[in-house]
Amino acid sequence: MATEYSEQDILKGLGEIIEEIVGTEASEVTPEKNFVDDLDIDSLSMVEIAVAAQDKFDVEIPDDQLKDLKTVQDVVTFIQK
Amino acid sequence: MPKTDVVVTGLGATTPLGGDVSTTWSALLDGRSGISSLPEEWHEKLPVHFAGQIAQEPSEKLPRPRLRRLDRTQQFALIAAQEAWDDAGAPEVDPLRLGVVVSSGIGGILTILEQYDTFREKGWKRVSPFTVPMLMPNSPSAAVALEFTARAGAHAPVSACASSAEAIGNAVDMIRAGRADIVIAGGTEAAIHPLNIASFASMRALSTRNDDPQTASRPWDKDRDGFVMGEGAGILVLESAEHAAKRGARVYAHAAGVGYTDDAFDIVQPDPEGAGQARAITQALADADLKAEDIVHVNAHATSTPAGDVGETRAIRAALGDSVADRVSVTSTKSMTGHLLGGAGAVESIATILALHDGLIPPTINISELDPEVVVDIVRDKPREMPGGDVAAVNESFGFGGHNIALAFRRA
Repeated sequence: MATEYSEQDILKGLGEIIEEIVGTEASEVTPEKNFVDDLDIDSLSMVEIAVAAQDKFDVEIPDDQLKDLKTVQDVVTFIQK
Repeated sequence: MPKTDVVVTGLGATTPLGGDVSTTWSALLDGRSGISSLPEEWHEKLPVHFAGQIAQEPSEKLPRPRLRRLDRTQQFALIAAQEAWDDAGAPEVDPLRLGVVVSSGIGGILTILEQYDTFREKGWKRVSPFTVPMLMPNSPSAAVALEFTARAGAHAPVSACASSAEAIGNAVDMIRAGRADIVIAGGTEAAIHPLNIASFASMRALSTRNDDPQTASRPWDKDRDGFVMGEGAGILVLESAEHAAKRGARVYAHAAGVGYTDDAFDIVQPDPEGAGQARAITQALADADLKAEDIVHVNAHATSTPAGDVGETRAIRAALGDSVADRVSVTSTKSMTGHLLGGAGAVESIATILALHDGLIPPTINISELDPEVVVDIVRDKPREMPGGDVAAVNESFGFGGHNIALAFRRA
């Protein structure tokens, strides 16, 4: 049985991961932000972030779906699903 | 056609003696050892319990997210390059006229070993996506080019422990060939890991003086028993004299000439006759339009190994001739830093350049009893004043593979 995470939990967790990996402050990681355009995250860093998020939230993000996760909200929705 | 005059306008280093050039240089003049104990948990598995570990960790200068995607060789190179660049006055230069030649002898081996551990324990998905751009031997060169927007070409010649001397030589050649006005050049090494210590120890190349590590690196001492591994980086800003003069840059010394030879004798043992080493010095002097009489100082490769150290002194004597060899002041700063492998030639070039600039030659420490086979005059225990005037000095670096590089610097 997978753990249920609130949107708040996921946002906080993603913020911590992004701060650790690319140095952007966690408070900048808000739902509407686009990873590439707003947070300046390159594709290799995105791979690291996805792997860290998978570990933290115990979900599997297949590579073919990772490319569709363009905003912070996309990831939140994916993890909640 | 006369050769383009190349000058040194900036220096940067991070070494076992200090996080920058000034602390490293004052420690060298003070005759301090930078050797320290390795982590306790390594001791049981290794015959060597000490190394020349960096004095200031890169985490004190680079933010964590940057550190994550840079191999330790790159971290050292960037720190030293930034210092050298600032020291040169952060010159305004066309990116198309700015080059990089930064070497590592071994490359990103810590990344390889750490990521292999991750792979075996956690599987391929946990391997960092930055593994390849961290482990490749050109990664420090590329990182420096990226940082300083250097587009004239970024190179990474590899010749084991002669790598960073070769880099400096190649940088001089690059400016003379008209390919760049400024080149950021030097080398870096970060290979202190149990496997690498085991590998050198298995060759019986390392000192095992575990009861007194700070005296373990003792070039030319009768009881030397091997080298001491070190880590760190040295970076120079080299510039055409014309470009430096135009912007009013401070000049440390002329990077006057380089000699490259190979022994083609044995994959690791130097030719005991030292013919290839002597030819490197002779070529460097010819390349620099210097005579043996101009040379007042040699910063030797001497690593504290039984065979290499004395052979090198014979090569110096053969190359410079008896009358010069009788009065030239020879030193090995590895007695204090340990052997920085691919970083050695650059850090020792910096010591050679500062010796010319400040008129003080750093000593060789830890010689209790000089090996009677040494045939040159070694500067021991305390610094020695260098003669004034238009004099020159040579830095020597040799690497497994029989590589011999001699760099000649002339006082500015």
